[in-house]
Amino acid sequence: MREAISPTEAAALVRDGSTVMIGGFMGVGSPHRVIAALVARGARDLTVIGNDAGRPGHGIGALIDGGCVTRCIASHIGLNPNLQKKMIAGEIVVELVPQGTLAERIRAGGAGLGGVLTPTGVGTVVAEGKQLLNIDGRDYLLEKPLRADYALLHCYEADYYANLSYRLTARNFNPVMAMAADMVIAEPDEIVPIGLIPPDHVCTPGIIVTHLVERPH
Amino acid sequence: MDAKELIARRVAQELRNNTLVNLGIGLPTMVSAYVPAGMVVAFQSENGIIGFGAHPPEGMEDPNLTDAGGGFISALPGAYAFDSATSFALIRGGHLDMTVLGGLEVDAKGRLANWMVPGKMIAGMGGAMDLVAGAKRVIVAMQHAAKGQAKIVPELTLPPTAARPASLIVTDLAVIEPTHDGLMLRERAPDVTVADILAATTAPLIIPETVPEMRL
Repeated sequence: MREAISPTEAAALVRDGSTVMIGGFMGVGSPHRVIAALVARGARDLTVIGNDAGRPGHGIGALIDGGCVTRCIASHIGLNPNLQKKMIAGEIVVELVPQGTLAERIRAGGAGLGGVLTPTGVGTVVAEGKQLLNIDGRDYLLEKPLRADYALLHCYEADYYANLSYRLTARNFNPVMAMAADMVIAEPDEIVPIGLIPPDHVCTPGIIVTHLVERPH
Repeated sequence: MDAKELIARRVAQELRNNTLVNLGIGLPTMVSAYVPAGMVVAFQSENGIIGFGAHPPEGMEDPNLTDAGGGFISALPGAYAFDSATSFALIRGGHLDMTVLGGLEVDAKGRLANWMVPGKMIAGMGGAMDLVAGAKRVIVAMQHAAKGQAKIVPELTLPPTAARPASLIVTDLAVIEPTHDGLMLRERAPDVTVADILAATTAPLIIPETVPEMRL
């Protein structure tokens, strides 16, 4: 059994200067209550790994506006002009990673793999400084695994074992990130009694989730 | 018919029955409005769904159901939701029959640049590099020229999206197919001459004896 903690308690667990994976796609499937609590506590110097930078004030964008982030690893920042400005001003370092490569690097990090070989990025700036391998006549880039100190997730339903089930397009990066961090904090929309989520519908097993955030009031 | 609608209608003629198709954000999204009658096409949105439909009626939106741009969508009967690793396994793994992407530039070999303008626009590649590397057919849907500036150029001035050339380029003036010999002019838009197309293109074009008009 897991006791649910408040977003403020969750935010207090995240050390300044650490690396944080944040689920979501343009803020859909992002843990907005924990993000707000991180901004409120004045988190600093975070390296954030996420699909995108959200929009200004929304999703990962709220952390950027709050001055919490110094490094961002993402596939797309086009809808967040604030991050682009901070990047040009040298306040935030941005590493752009193709979306599928980002998902596979995180998956590799959580699956005990030393990396992945992908055709994505061959012949582009993404290939710079990376090993190129020819496998059975096709070129691939060696992309290294990604791990984080924390994964901050959103899910639709959790039970008090912290088994998680996701909903529709809010699933996105959440299940792969759940596997790739030392501490896994899940923010559910709803917490249901143990046994209510059918085993086949549990997408992330509670045993790897370290902290469960209470449901919204 | 405005330029974007013309492009979307012509691209829609490339759709085939019972295929999986990914449409990029912007102009390519319009293609879904022109699926030929009776044809079944499964559209993928790379944030994690196959089989999505239009924006639901006001007040019936689901915050957990959006497209890759964050806009509300609906799920059609038979829809399938999945995580990002699965989404890109579908894209790279030979399961995606066709992708339609916008373009900033295409070069004489048919290579696409569409994700950044150094010093000006740093959007990031999102899923574009995976889509060009992985889809069976890559169709570029774009305006032929921007503010009088040619976009189909001898050499890319912008960072490429992939080494692999596109399969077809559809613009408001022409349909162009990258081949081993170079860019082949296949069709011209209604009331557009070959001379008009040549004037708006700086990359060399191969002109066959007859260049039919698009049948829209």
